[in-house]
Amino acid sequence: MINIAHDKRGLSFRDQVVADTPGGEQLAHCLQCGSCGGSCPNGADMDYTPRTLFALINAGQRDKVLSANTMWCCVSCYACTSRCPQNIPITDVMYALKRLSLRENMASGTDAPALARTFTGLLDKYGRSFEFGLASRYYLFNKPISMLKMGPLGLSMFTRGRMSLVPTKIRQLDQLQAIIKKARELGGAS
Amino acid sequence: MAEKVGIYVCHCGSNIANMVDVEEVARWAGAHLKDVAVSRDYKFMCSSLGQQMIEDDIKNEGLTRVVVAACSPHLHEKTFRRACQNAGMNPYLFHMANIREHVSWVCEDKEAGTRKAKALVAAAAERVKRQQPLTPQTVQVNPTTLVVGGGIAGLQATLELADAGYKVVLVEREPSIGGHMAQFDKTFPTLDCSACILTPKMSEVGQHENVTMLTYSELEEVSGSVGNFKVKIRKRARYVDEDKCTGCGICTEKCPRKVVDDVFEAGMGNRKAIYSPFPQAVPRIPVIDVDACIWFERQKCRACEKLCPTDAIDFEQQDEIVELEVGNIILATGWKMFDCRKVSQYGYGRLPNVFTSLEFERLCNAAGPTGGKIVLRDGKTEPESVAIIHCVGSRDLNHNSYCSNTCCMAALKFGHLVLEKTNARVYSCYIDMRTNQKEYEEFYQRLLGEGMQFIRGKVAEVTDAARLPAEAGKLIVQLEDTLLGKQRRIPVDMVVLMGAQEPQADSREMGLKCGISCSMAGWYTERHPKLDPVATMTDGIFVAGVCQGPKDIPASVAQGAAAAARVQGMIAKGTVTIEPIVATIDEERCSGCRICNDLCPFNAIEFDEEREVSHVVTALCKGCGTCVAACPANVISGAHFNNDQIYAEIHGALWDALGDDGSAGQASPEPVESAT
Amino acid sequence: MKYAYYPGCSLECSSAAYDVSVRAVAELLGIELKELDDWNCCGATEYFSQDELTASSVIARNLALVEPDLNQLVAPCAACYLNLKKVDHLMGEHADLSAKINQALAAGGLRYQAGRVRVRHLLDVIHTDIGEQAIRDKVVRPLTGLRVAPYYGCQVVRPYNGFDDPEQPVKLDELFTWLGAEVVDYPVKTHCCGGHMTQISEPQAFELHRRLLQNAVEYEADMILCMCPMCQLNLDAYQNRVNGLFNTHFKMPIVFFTQMLGIAFGIEPKKLGFGKEIVAAEPVIRAKLAPATQPSA
Repeated sequence: MINIAHDKRGLSFRDQVVADTPGGEQLAHCLQCGSCGGSCPNGADMDYTPRTLFALINAGQRDKVLSANTMWCCVSCYACTSRCPQNIPITDVMYALKRLSLRENMASGTDAPALARTFTGLLDKYGRSFEFGLASRYYLFNKPISMLKMGPLGLSMFTRGRMSLVPTKIRQLDQLQAIIKKARELGGAS
Repeated sequence: MAEKVGIYVCHCGSNIANMVDVEEVARWAGAHLKDVAVSRDYKFMCSSLGQQMIEDDIKNEGLTRVVVAACSPHLHEKTFRRACQNAGMNPYLFHMANIREHVSWVCEDKEAGTRKAKALVAAAAERVKRQQPLTPQTVQVNPTTLVVGGGIAGLQATLELADAGYKVVLVEREPSIGGHMAQFDKTFPTLDCSACILTPKMSEVGQHENVTMLTYSELEEVSGSVGNFKVKIRKRARYVDEDKCTGCGICTEKCPRKVVDDVFEAGMGNRKAIYSPFPQAVPRIPVIDVDACIWFERQKCRACEKLCPTDAIDFEQQDEIVELEVGNIILATGWKMFDCRKVSQYGYGRLPNVFTSLEFERLCNAAGPTGGKIVLRDGKTEPESVAIIHCVGSRDLNHNSYCSNTCCMAALKFGHLVLEKTNARVYSCYIDMRTNQKEYEEFYQRLLGEGMQFIRGKVAEVTDAARLPAEAGKLIVQLEDTLLGKQRRIPVDMVVLMGAQEPQADSREMGLKCGISCSMAGWYTERHPKLDPVATMTDGIFVAGVCQGPKDIPASVAQGAAAAARVQGMIAKGTVTIEPIVATIDEERCSGCRICNDLCPFNAIEFDEEREVSHVVTALCKGCGTCVAACPANVISGAHFNNDQIYAEIHGALWDALGDDGSAGQASPEPVESAT
Repeated sequence: MKYAYYPGCSLECSSAAYDVSVRAVAELLGIELKELDDWNCCGATEYFSQDELTASSVIARNLALVEPDLNQLVAPCAACYLNLKKVDHLMGEHADLSAKINQALAAGGLRYQAGRVRVRHLLDVIHTDIGEQAIRDKVVRPLTGLRVAPYYGCQVVRPYNGFDDPEQPVKLDELFTWLGAEVVDYPVKTHCCGGHMTQISEPQAFELHRRLLQNAVEYEADMILCMCPMCQLNLDAYQNRVNGLFNTHFKMPIVFFTQMLGIAFGIEPKKLGFGKEIVAAEPVIRAKLAPATQPSA
């Protein structure tokens, strides 16, 4: 059963994806050629290749798309975007799908959202990333057993001065936080 | 005596009527405009009844001017002018107001649309009263035709004209006629040997008493207009005397300098510095490539001259400029292949065993560099597997957005040749299979039956970086098999790229020479994409073959024949009617400043040195109005577009800005002193 | 030549070798890098997954902070470079997004006009602005005998491909031929290292690493040159784990291109961050290169 549910803006799923992606109008021009799926370094591990995902989007298969692992396998290498014969900003579509998926709480079977949330949480707090904090928090909450495997690496990084145990804060943190607050207000979930 | 204007407002079904209250416009025109004897609205003015209505009114009401408010003049100006003429009125006393494209199709409010339509009708009514009867000029059509390009389209056009008894001058840039078709091995879908079906035509053209063939020549300059063009052709020096040469080939055999043949052999083979491009070349007269020849390089050798039995080598030969007069020109300049190096992820130019389609044709051709054997770049190893990649440089906004029309069929043909000549597996990596002409789908079915494998996926990359032992030493074609939804890596020995057809590098330049335009992609613009594919907006210049857009051999032949038929029609008629909408210079008042001379885009203005005045050659004048606007003394007038008429039109258009009752019957502006 | 400089979070710590070598080399080449005052993290590939407007605004703050007298911003980190360039580009192309970003920036008393700052990667600055002759002139210890595999990765050459080809880039290759090195024609030079995949799914990521390392070994490279902290971290820090998973025996030094540039310029390895890499590079340098003839700079 094709589900073409409309969102609060009265937009179909495809229109939502297009609206949330800068330059997303090009998505309508997808030839289903498969360049993207063929180029993707993680293509072989995705539930659906990017191309398949676009076909699903066109068919209004919202749930399938937002619970797929495709976008979470995307590492922003831009090979697809570079090669797409219809100039579809594919990597940016992937980002839009990540956002939509998170908003709908449909991401599953992947730790990528947790990594993203932990990272941005630290950025919001300090204005800089904090690798030790990121690693410890992320691994602790998501894959605690892996932490053991990370131990030796962490140690060798630390002894070579490549990891700090203390976060760096920017000076004008309140300025950044004001910007972030305003942006969140303006952005608003769809 | 006052004029009697007939006004006809067309509904065009609902095309105009849904956005313009046509009855109201007709009623208003009759009530408010001056000198209107008849004002009607009608459903379809272009119908025979509509036209009859005009003719009847002219006869019965004594109309002296007619205005039709309907669609664009491009569509029906001729129709209504003819109706007027049938009723005995000069057709140039008619004017058309466009209330479809200019009103109905661009307005969103009926009230606004009706108001605008009234303005256009009022404008037309004022203007038409000031129009003058004009008589078109007729010029003779020179029965000789120039065909530019000796590929299959040009050859077809040439033969049809020549067989009909008319003289043709055929200009070809390469040393031999034949075009790309001469390079191919087989042609789809019949799998005829390309040379076998081409060479009879080449032969016929070469021997035809009505054909003057100028090979190794380029069109340099065109002037004049339909029926009477003057062309300059540069006959490049071959350094071989055509009258003495017998085509024996000794010069080529003995020439010590070998170079890569980038043109005919697509870089796959060699030729000599003195060479004829292929064995069946027409004419069979070699040329000397001055960039390769030892004599031109360092004044040594001249072996060809010494050995030529008829003393035909002439190192003193110069380029010759041939000046001709022709009546019509057919451009059949063909195409070049897309540079596949631009798609660097396919590795052409970097990975040895990646070939272009033209290179592969040469491999398959029995007269080619490998004697028809399909082998890798080492010249001897037969591939065990071949991947053919569709859409290289086509359907791709990074390169060319269009589809090249022929590649899917050519890919099938290649698949057949691989299966026939080798034991290799062959894959087609496609996005769509475009096999839509007669017997083409059947050809696809044939290849399915022969065991060609088809994978739907645009290849992402061709690489030699193996990931697994099975991939070592192979070319790996990586793509998404979209029908499976899975990424696949296919190890093959050879990859063939179906490169796009592209316009010749100088197509735009050539078009400008002839006064025709190109599309953004560089293909020549036809007069109408659906209904007039071989004529151009410039009378007397026709296009045929791939230069008009990507197409295959049957379509090129059809266009060549179509262009020839059009030209034959013109020659048979013998004369061409030139629109009388031309500029005229009042020679009494011309000061001889000559500003207009260089501004004319059609070179239609001559300067009389004796009388020191300029003069418009009406046969060349297109009535563009540039000189009219530029003349500082205002002594040039454009017939049918003089100042009087234009000011009247403006006055009419401003009907609702003049007078309380919106009547356009105010006194017309004083006629401005002008040439007419 | 003076540029605003955006080191990025990785260069502060985990890729400190990149930062110190950049500064050392810049000084020698007369490139003045003025670090952007109080810059914030660009969000890497993580922030855009959460919220486009916030991610863009956070990045735009950095663009807005570039001093009025400087109009070029140099970033050595690929992700930072891409993010900064992307936001500048987005603001130029999408007026409504630009307006919203500026509204957010206004909350912090800042504003940014798209196009004011030209974002450039460090390799571009070195290759294009300094150029061949100046580089060759500074070489005191030619890298003759050293086979280097130039690894461009993704985000420097895609999608903004103004300064080099996205499929077959050459600028790093050329730079190293100027230094006298033997540049290996490394066919996977723009294949992805997996980025943050290492944190999300090790087997997937390690396979990508393996392919890159394997290819370098097949082409007999002595070391891989990187221009991105993530690439260096992935290929270097996890090399032992890759060996563990695939039973391979890679021992391929992964260094930042500026480190080797510094070596060619005669700068002491300690001053270029050598010793920070997990898979030691100095033994290879000592084995392959003629010893430094001049006292180091």
